[in-house]
Amino acid sequence: MPKVLTAPGMKKCIGCYSCMLACARTTQGSLSPQKAALAIRTVGGLQSRLVADICRACPDAPCAQACRCGALVPRSGGGVKFNPALCLGCRDCVEACIVQVIKFDEVKNRPIVCIQCGTCTRYCPHGVLLMEERA
Amino acid sequence: MNGPKLRVLQIDLTERRVGVLPADGLEHYLGGIGLAAKLFAGLVDVQAAPLDAHQPVVLAGGALAAFFPMCTKGVAVFRSPLTGGWGESYAGMRLALALRLAGWDAIVITGRADRPVYLSIGPHGVRFKSAAALWGLDCEEAGRLLRQLEPGRGFRSCLRIGPAGEKGVAFASVNVDTYRHFGRLGLGAVLGAKNLKAIVIYGDRDYPVPQPKQYREIYDQIYRQAVRTDVMEKYHALGTSVNVSVLSELGALPTRNLQQSTFEAAERISGRAFAEGSLVRKVACAGCPVGCIHIGLRRRQFAPGYEYESVALSYDHELIYALGSLLGMSSPEKVYDLIEAVELYGLDAISAGVLLAWLTEAQQNGLLREEDLGCWLEFDRVEGYLKVLENLVEQPSELYALLAQGLARAVERLGGKEYALCLGGHEMAGYHTGPANLLGLAVGARHSHLDNAGYAIDQKASKNGWDSARMVHEIMAEEKWRNVLNCLCICLFAREVYTPAVVQKALAAVGIERTGEELMALGEEIFQLKNRLRSQLGYSSERLYFAPRYFATPALGRQIDPAQLQEMLELYRQQAGV
Repeated sequence: MPKVLTAPGMKKCIGCYSCMLACARTTQGSLSPQKAALAIRTVGGLQSRLVADICRACPDAPCAQACRCGALVPRSGGGVKFNPALCLGCRDCVEACIVQVIKFDEVKNRPIVCIQCGTCTRYCPHGVLLMEERA
Repeated sequence: MNGPKLRVLQIDLTERRVGVLPADGLEHYLGGIGLAAKLFAGLVDVQAAPLDAHQPVVLAGGALAAFFPMCTKGVAVFRSPLTGGWGESYAGMRLALALRLAGWDAIVITGRADRPVYLSIGPHGVRFKSAAALWGLDCEEAGRLLRQLEPGRGFRSCLRIGPAGEKGVAFASVNVDTYRHFGRLGLGAVLGAKNLKAIVIYGDRDYPVPQPKQYREIYDQIYRQAVRTDVMEKYHALGTSVNVSVLSELGALPTRNLQQSTFEAAERISGRAFAEGSLVRKVACAGCPVGCIHIGLRRRQFAPGYEYESVALSYDHELIYALGSLLGMSSPEKVYDLIEAVELYGLDAISAGVLLAWLTEAQQNGLLREEDLGCWLEFDRVEGYLKVLENLVEQPSELYALLAQGLARAVERLGGKEYALCLGGHEMAGYHTGPANLLGLAVGARHSHLDNAGYAIDQKASKNGWDSARMVHEIMAEEKWRNVLNCLCICLFAREVYTPAVVQKALAAVGIERTGEELMALGEEIFQLKNRLRSQLGYSSERLYFAPRYFATPALGRQIDPAQLQEMLELYRQQAGV
């Protein structure tokens, strides 16, 4: 069973952004954490708690359903596979994402989609993010 | 290779003009303190007062900012209203990342707005926005409104001053993203004099990974050291507050205005006591996996029955020293109440604590009466201290207006100099370890323990039997290398990780080739540059005054010998050429 990204330990998160930096450099070739397919953020400043906006690996991924050019296809076990060569940059996936975590790279004209690779979890110093089999 | 072209944003508050300042030829400095010092040198008016409208403020990030773990600081350079001289301060949290994403290596701010404004610096350029509704607000409330008003959530940095900066308190700080500060030397007053309440910086600039394999290797090496070895253990475990009980046991914790260097209540306000009794979480600067920022919860009953309020405050060694042991505070709750006040007003915690400690002794000595201050101060009692802090901001009398100019100026007029814990006009940090600490504070560029870690050199000297010459050598070498780290704005907590070899590799991975010799030469050059600037701004090592109190209270268990300190000062003068 493929594993999917979860964030069970957000109360332990220190907001270091190492996960976002790892995602951006590995999947997007960028040093900017804004290019990551996940976002760690506060809800009301640093005195508030930190939350994770992550791909929820929908079993029947609405983003893939919305994609009419075949760039996004459902992945076994949840989430999607992304083939940038087929992407037309229509943004239908961005609009279809129920939890609104798909960003769009204006320069490359394609979405920034979590492919459930787990890179982010390997750079999380406190085990906040995990790859887990879906129950 | 010298490195990429530097981009410097120039903002004139008087004319409300913005532009790009030519920075050709400054790539050599890599960014950070080197770049900021050079820009400042070209703009400062050595004849004009620190709060003169023309004086520049320079903010800068480093060449590795946001690209490598723990390269998380931004530097500010300005003319200090506290000392009248060189002002240099560092802050973390989101600042370095925000500067990077906004695409600026440095920002130069000159002039004075005709009414309160804040700056919104983003991908669109710079907006001058009215701060009419923010003026007078404390740092917390101003921050809350700015978060609401400005875009860029999660990646922006929000710098703001509190009432202390607005009212020109010479040791007013700048709050950076709630838990970090440009604390020392009065940047808050400089911004206040410019009618500049806040600066919000954000952006969306992208940077491609230059050489993926080389970059990944050195990134992973640094990350592993930070997370999986014990190199950074001190900082993410108990944090710097671990020092409180350690220094007290060693006889190096300034207590009750340095009447003692051991504190019988040290365990009650130790890092362990804070952590076990009130630590609720740790947070990190953007791009740092260490998470050294310790947040404690102060729970406080405000009315009979079950009426409680609570506030989350960050604490560390310097706060627990300045607002704790130095004031004889015997519980974390008391320390928290003072931390909260200095946070909200926007005051430098160390300078405020040292001033309060001196005032306490000055009253005990009969130098100041109860009616002078409007309250009676006693060590271990919070109420009077809270009243004095409020009055420092409000300045209801000539005395308070004088005290708001800092301890060094106050004792020139009032007396009590012999127990005023200042060096070079700057209030001392939380170590009383010996002659290297005193010399380091006296001759360091900003009279800070962070200039050259003289406190650590004392401890090494004690273990290894170093003589005066060796200690002076170590102080100079440390300050020069720190200049290099500060060009890159690497957190000094990570100095053990960023050895010269690691710095070289990290620079190479982003396309900047430097030999070890070139890095050392850079440190030397900045050392000389800062010394020249300091001299122009009025610093002279010949005018240094060492209060007798430093020699009366044992440091690491023994009296400091004034003759040895003088010998070290002479050696330093000869070698540094100041």
